[in-house]
Amino acid sequence: MTGTPDPLLSVRGLRKEFLTGSSGGLKKRRRILAVDDISFDIGVGETLGLVGESGCGKTTTGRLILRLVEPTAGSVTFDGTDILSLPPAEMRALRRRMQIVFQDPFGSLNPRMTVGELIVEPLVVHGVGDPVTRERKLRDLLDRVGLSIWQAGRFPHEMSGGQRQRVCIARALALAPALLVLDEAVSALDVSVQAQTLNLLSDLRRDLGLTYLFISHDLGVVHHISDRVAVMYLGQIVEIGARRAIFEAPAHPYTQALLNSVPSARKGRKSFFTIEGDVPSPANPPPGCRFHTRCPIAVAQCRTDPPRLRALADGREVSCHLAKAPPKGASP
Amino acid sequence: MPSTDQPPTLSAPPPLLDVEGLSVSFGSLNILNGVSFRLAPGETLGIVGESGSGKSMTALALMRLLPRGGRVTATRLQLAGEDILSASESRLESLRGARMGMIFQEPMTALNPVLTVGEQIAETARRHLNVSRAESRNRAIEALRRVGIPSPEQRIDDYPHHMSGGMRQRVMIAMALICQPQLLIADEPTTALDVTIQAQILDLMLDLQDEYHMGIIFISHDLGVVSAFTDRVMIMYLGQVLEEATANDIFTHPRHPYTEALLASIPELEGEPTRLNAIRGTVPPIHDLPPGCRFAPRCDHMRPVCETARPMLIPVGADHSAACIRNTDYRFP
Ligand SMILES: Nc1ncnc2c1ncn2[C@@H]1O[C@H](COP(=O)(O)OP(=O)(O)OP(=O)(O)O)[C@@H](O)[C@H]1O
Ligand SMILES: Nc1ncnc2c1ncn2[C@@H]1O[C@H](COP(=O)(O)OP(=O)(O)O)[C@@H](O)[C@H]1O
Ligand code: SF4
Ligand SMILES: [Mg+2]
Ligand SMILES: [Mg+2]
Repeated sequence: MTGTPDPLLSVRGLRKEFLTGSSGGLKKRRRILAVDDISFDIGVGETLGLVGESGCGKTTTGRLILRLVEPTAGSVTFDGTDILSLPPAEMRALRRRMQIVFQDPFGSLNPRMTVGELIVEPLVVHGVGDPVTRERKLRDLLDRVGLSIWQAGRFPHEMSGGQRQRVCIARALALAPALLVLDEAVSALDVSVQAQTLNLLSDLRRDLGLTYLFISHDLGVVHHISDRVAVMYLGQIVEIGARRAIFEAPAHPYTQALLNSVPSARKGRKSFFTIEGDVPSPANPPPGCRFHTRCPIAVAQCRTDPPRLRALADGREVSCHLAKAPPKGASP
Repeated sequence: MPSTDQPPTLSAPPPLLDVEGLSVSFGSLNILNGVSFRLAPGETLGIVGESGSGKSMTALALMRLLPRGGRVTATRLQLAGEDILSASESRLESLRGARMGMIFQEPMTALNPVLTVGEQIAETARRHLNVSRAESRNRAIEALRRVGIPSPEQRIDDYPHHMSGGMRQRVMIAMALICQPQLLIADEPTTALDVTIQAQILDLMLDLQDEYHMGIIFISHDLGVVSAFTDRVMIMYLGQVLEEATANDIFTHPRHPYTEALLASIPELEGEPTRLNAIRGTVPPIHDLPPGCRFAPRCDHMRPVCETARPMLIPVGADHSAACIRNTDYRFP
C-alpha cells in the first residue's frame, strides 16, 4: 500500500472538484475534477516529489493538504491529527507546523514591508516571543538561508529573485514547521541560483529534520531532491515509488514518456521521442484510463476500464492495466 | 554536431547571417557588447545565458526590432549578403516575415486575440506573397496542417485563446514559416510548454528545418534543450559572449569557467544525487559591471589580473573560442 510506517502526513482518497463559470448565466457551469482520489504518505524527514504537467493538480494537492482549499472528499492526517475535522482555532495552531513556499517570490511578499519585517511577521501574527527574542530569531533565520543582517532593512524589490525566494523560505521557517510544501519553489530561478537554493533546501532538511512535499514540473530537480516520487496525470497519481525505481525503470507509460521527453545536456542527441496530443481537459476527462488517448500501448480495455493503483513486486505502485515490474537493473 | 557543411572558405557564398561587433545601448547603458557570429543555411545556433544576459536583445537587434530608445551598432550585420544595418524601414518590413521569421516564448503576446488564427496567417501570406484572399486562406490551412494541427479546416476559424499553449506555438510557427524564410529566430519557443509538448514542438522544428533548410537562432536558458537541438552554441553573460563552439564541444569540453559552472549546476536525471556545484553570488546589475572580467566576482579560478583586465574572446581550439585569461599564455604571478 501507499503506507509508510509512522507517517508525518497521510492522505487518503483526497478529491477536489471546482465549479467554474457563472451560475445562472448563459454559459454552462463546468465541473473540474482537479484532484481525483489520491492517497499517499510522507514519512518523518522524507521528501516526496510530486511531478506532472501543468494543470494535473499538483498545486491543488498542496493547498488541500494545508487546508487552504476545502476538499470535496477524503482525509488528511498530520502527525496523527485528522486536520479536516479540526475547528478553526485548532487548525490555526496546527498551521504553524505546516508551511508552504510558492513559485513566485514577488507575488507572495508585501512590497511595503522590509525583509526583516516579512521574516518575523509569522511570529507576530501567531504571538510568538517578544521583540528581543524575535530579533534573535531573525538573525538566526537570515543566517540559515544565507542572507546578511544588513539585508533585513531592504525591500523585496531591491532583491534578486533568488534572494526573494530565500526570504520566503526564512518566513516559512520562522514558526519551526515540521512539514514544508514547496510548490515550484525553484522553478522561476536561473540555473545558478536554482542550484544554490536546492543546496540550501538540502541543508535545512538535514539540519532541522524537515519533511518536504516538493512539487515541480522539472524532472531533474525532482530527481535531485526526492526520496520518493509521485507522478500525476489529470488529477490522479499514476505511479508512486522510490526515486530510483521511478527514474531508472519507470513502469507507467506516462512516466516513461515524461522521462523520454527531457533533453539532457549530457546525452546531447538530436531527436525527440514524444507522445502525441495534448492533455485532455479536466472538465471532460476520457473514460477508462485517463491516459489512453495518448498512450502508445493502449488496448481496448484501457478505453473503458479505469485502472487502479496497484503495487508491483518492487514495491512501487502503478495505475496501468499493462504495467509490469521491470526486470532488475533495467533502465528505460 | 556532425554536419556536412564545410567551414567557410574564401570562395564560399556569403553565410546566411554575418554578424560582427553587434552592440546595443540604451542611453549610456551598454547592454550588448561586440557580439559576433556567422550562421550557415540549415545550421542552428543556440544562444544560452541566464536572465538578463542579452539573449532577447540579440534577437531583437538582428530583426531591427529593438524597443524604443535602443541603439544598435555593428561593424557588420548582413543577411545573405545584404546589409540590414542601413536598410530602410520599408525594406526591413518586407525582410521580416519573408526572409526572417521569429517565434517567441509566449505566443499570446504575438498573436492578435481578436482575430482568428486563420485571418492572421492569411494576412501574413497576402502581405508578402501577393496572393488572393481565397488562395491565402488555402495556404493558411496547408500551413496549419503542416505544423500538425488536427482538422485545420475547422481550427483555422478559432481564436488564439481557444487553443492550448502547444497549439498556439504551432500557429506561431505556421505564421513565421508561411513565406519559407531563410532565417528563423526562436526566442525561448518551448519554455512555457510542458515537456511532452516541448518535445513535439522541437521535433516539428527539426522536420521543418530539414524541409526548408533554414538557419535557426535558438535562444534558451535550458542547456539540455540546447544541447539536443543546436549545432553551435554561444554562451552569454551580461551582454557579452563568453564562449562559442560546436554544441558537442561546449557540453563535453567547456573552456570557460562560467560554462563549466553552469553545467555543474544542472541537477541530473540519473545516478545518485550529489551536492550541486552552485555558482556563488548572483549576476551583478548591468549598470554596475565589474571592471575586469565580468564573471570574476563569481569565478573559482579568479586571479588578481581578472579584476582589472577584460579578457577577449580568442580561439582556444578548432572552431572554439572563449574569453578567459586561463586560456592565454599569460603567466599567473
Ligand atoms: N527597453 C529596455 N531599456 C533598457 N534596458 C533594457 C530594456 N529591455 C531590456 N533591457 C536590459 O537589457 C539586458 C538584456 O535583456 P534581455 O531581454 O536581452 O535578456 P535575456 O537574456 O533575454 O533574459 P531572459 O532570459 O530573462 O529573457 C537586461 O539587463 C535588461 O534589463
Ligand atoms: N480555484 C480554481 N477554480 C477552478 N479551477 C481551478 C482552480 N484551481 C485550479 N483549478 C483547475 O484545477 C486543475 C488543476 O490545477 P492545479 O492544481 O493548479 O495544477 P498544477 O499545479 O499541476 O499545474 C486545472 O485544470 C486548473 O485549471
Ligand atoms: S492502462 Fe492502458 S491506456 Fe492506461 S497507461 Fe496502461 S496501457 Fe496505457
Ligand atoms: Mg501549479
Ligand atoms: Mg529573453
